[in-house]
Amino acid sequence: MSSWVDKEAGPIVRPYAMTSGRTQPVQGAFDLFSMVVALASLSIQDTQPESAAIMRMCQKPVSVAELAAHLDLPAGTVKVLLGDLLARQLIVTRAPDFSSSDLEAVIHGLQSL
Amino acid sequence: MGSSPSKVLPRAMKVMVAGHFGVGKTTMVSSISEISLLRTEETLTDAGLGIDDLAGVEQKRTTTVAMDFGRITISEDLVLYLFGTPGQERFSFLWDDLVLGAIGAVVLADTRRLKESFPCVDFFEARTTPFMVAVNCFADGKTYTPQDVQLALNLDPEVPVMLCDARDRLSVKAVLITLLQHVIQRQRQ
Repeated sequence: MSSWVDKEAGPIVRPYAMTSGRTQPVQGAFDLFSMVVALASLSIQDTQPESAAIMRMCQKPVSVAELAAHLDLPAGTVKVLLGDLLARQLIVTRAPDFSSSDLEAVIHGLQSL
Repeated sequence: MGSSPSKVLPRAMKVMVAGHFGVGKTTMVSSISEISLLRTEETLTDAGLGIDDLAGVEQKRTTTVAMDFGRITISEDLVLYLFGTPGQERFSFLWDDLVLGAIGAVVLADTRRLKESFPCVDFFEARTTPFMVAVNCFADGKTYTPQDVQLALNLDPEVPVMLCDARDRLSVKAVLITLLQHVIQRQRQ
């Protein structure tokens, strides 16, 4: 497609249109670095392309931030779409968290990098 | 299906890289990340007060900031994310959202412009997030000792200070290990 609507022109579909104007997820509280994974490999057809793309991208665990960066969407938009997928039990999510033993594990991991 | 999320999903841990404009935050994250640096936009919410308040514009609540981040996979179960907000130190009153749940923060400083690190240091000193100061050694900057920097920034003696080269992977690795050791030490107290 040739055109005057290049990236510089901004998105053709505004982020708020993808979420029907919603700014908060219907379910779940997503941190920028919450991990997400799909519970099913099904390709969902009854949804918008962005949600289908998220389902494809989170077949393996991935963070909200990575989804947003790869889809070139604001993190807030991705969180709303993830909330819909969570409500349909198509994904699971896990917020960032750590214990003391994790810290030791990270130190060892870094030392062997 | 049916398995618990903890079995399916690795745990993410996050470290913030903070500092003033041009100090090398993005360089530091890229030096050690296993993926090319990624960028996204995050909407931060403030309490409705602050330097962005404009007369007549009531209750400004959100600001969108760019966020650069990188990833280090520690094991199947643990992933470390490093993130920074490029050139956004003036939004420091919005960082509360960002540091929530973070292990700690690295405040990157430049001895040629040390006083520009004050807002950043003040932010973390006023909160419980553990932090350290890493002095990015630029070729044309004078070399100071960590003790000089500690005094100049009026830091609590417990806050680790070290010299580093944000372009060098090994140097960044040493910074992160120092931060983690500091966090562990603080937890024991």
